[in-house]
Amino acid sequence: MNSVLVLPVVVPFLSGIIMLFLWRYRLAQRVINLIASTVSLSIAIYLTWYIKTSGIQSLYVGAWQSPFGIIFTADLLTVTMILVSGIIGFATALYSLGTMDEHREHFGYYPLLQIMIMGINGSFMTGDLFNMFVWFEVLLISSFALVALGGTRKQLEGAIKYVVLNLLSSSLFVVGVGILYGLVGGLNMADIAQRVPLVENQGMVTVMAMFFLVSFGIKAAIFPMFFWLPASYHTPPAAISAIFAGMLTKVGVYALFRVFTLIFIQDIPFTHSVIIFLAMLTMLSGVLGAASQMEFRRILSFHIISQIGYMILGLGLMTPLGIAGGVFYIFHHIIVKTNLFFVSGIVNEIKGSYLLKKLGGVLKLYPILGLLFLVPALSLGGVPPLSGFWAKFAVAKAAVQSQEYWALGVSLLVGLLTLFSMIKIWNEVFWKEQKAELAGEQRLLREMPKLKVFMMMSPIALLAIITLIIGLYPQPFVEFTNEAATQLLNPSMYINAVLRGGQ
Amino acid sequence: MELVIALIVGILATCAFYLLLRRSLVKVILGLVFLGNAVNLTIFSVARVTKGTAAFIAHDADTLGGSYADPLPQALILTAIVIGFGTQAFAIALFRKAFQKVGDDDLDKMNSTDIM
Repeated sequence: MNSVLVLPVVVPFLSGIIMLFLWRYRLAQRVINLIASTVSLSIAIYLTWYIKTSGIQSLYVGAWQSPFGIIFTADLLTVTMILVSGIIGFATALYSLGTMDEHREHFGYYPLLQIMIMGINGSFMTGDLFNMFVWFEVLLISSFALVALGGTRKQLEGAIKYVVLNLLSSSLFVVGVGILYGLVGGLNMADIAQRVPLVENQGMVTVMAMFFLVSFGIKAAIFPMFFWLPASYHTPPAAISAIFAGMLTKVGVYALFRVFTLIFIQDIPFTHSVIIFLAMLTMLSGVLGAASQMEFRRILSFHIISQIGYMILGLGLMTPLGIAGGVFYIFHHIIVKTNLFFVSGIVNEIKGSYLLKKLGGVLKLYPILGLLFLVPALSLGGVPPLSGFWAKFAVAKAAVQSQEYWALGVSLLVGLLTLFSMIKIWNEVFWKEQKAELAGEQRLLREMPKLKVFMMMSPIALLAIITLIIGLYPQPFVEFTNEAATQLLNPSMYINAVLRGGQ
Repeated sequence: MELVIALIVGILATCAFYLLLRRSLVKVILGLVFLGNAVNLTIFSVARVTKGTAAFIAHDADTLGGSYADPLPQALILTAIVIGFGTQAFAIALFRKAFQKVGDDDLDKMNSTDIM
């Protein structure tokens, strides 16, 4: 039985419900949230091992045979995402215990967090296109509430932009699903993939591909649909913006990877060159936006955009190395980016600001925090031997192999500019002396409760260690992503596993 | 019938995008509602509009015979309507709260997250 496939959704769901019943009991919610995240992480690890050893697996909900029922399907890309969502969920649970304020905890922060993780895992797991829309809405509605939770003016303004553009994207998605259903008469992704070549009107299929590209592009924040991201991600507390920065845009990237390797592969010269073109512009506009910013989390937000460019560049190249590099990049990026947001939150706890001008001198106070910032920051910039180097190397090498020299040039330039931004943060926040007249009230870590400090620092250390492990010992990760790419580039493996139970 | 539905979808979508681009929050929410309706009608029409052929299995038969209206898109629309209802309700509550905080429903005044 493949019932284990449903657990990444059931665990957050049940814990979310239980926490809603314990609305008034903050301590109980904190404990349950931590337990649920730990359980989710263990399930994710087990699932990764299970799929790695036994190939693509499906769960036919209600025992309805494919393609009629809704199914959950896990291939290596799915479990990669589930695993990283488990890691980030666990790290965020710990970090929230240290940093989340009492007010937000009283108004359902933990249940919302778990329901959002349920939506994220559901959209990775599902093998049904309309079901994916439903999971998207689950994660969106809880993320809407999370981004506005607390109700400060900044948050509400950011939330409006976030809500409107994401609802627009969902509408486009559901139109796309509807028209695609009208063309092929199915919603199961494997079934659609099988029937798309038989459609007479291939032009219409390409139009639908563009619909999905725009819809998922808004969610993934690719050029020119990214404006909601830097307007909203820096407004909520650090724990919330960290999990958003890590997971939410990557759900869009995952969806792009899924449909553009499985369904829309009829007109690769057109669709995938559009993706490469957009990828280059995404990288450039993101990194240039970051260079002009002087606020810690806004710089990091713009860097999410530029890094998304690398991932979909890998997708656009559509070669084994490109796809593998893209998957590797997603894994590395989620861990690194979440970690950077965590660090920005701690700096804010100590110095009371995110503005680079008002900050300074953190290195002198806490050299270890400086080191913990440097690991993900240099990794983001692609400095060997950290994880970002291997991810960038794979994508760049794939670009050379496909003779996309423009893409190669842009990706190298963007790597350099990323390093520039990271060094800017390093100089302003950690290195320079803080200007006394701009300094706010300072709270030293030793004045905070010991437990709180541990809760804040341990997730950062954990994620930094993972970054180092990927960087120093990349071989198993490379092999894993290569296998994932093989599965993605041979859609028949997925289709056979879903429709014929693996025969 | 298809032509009428197509025209309605077109008009609804045009109004929706016009309203979404306005600066007033009330118009933006109306735009979202219009867009939701345009989307639902689109899905309705892709199932081929058929008249008087509901997908009921007759008493003396085991399967559906002849031509019948595809029930699946209608199920999709039901789901989409319910979800749209939820998200729009949330959006209205959020906009109202933002209006109270900012004291104005002009989106151009809500730029404090974009400027440094």
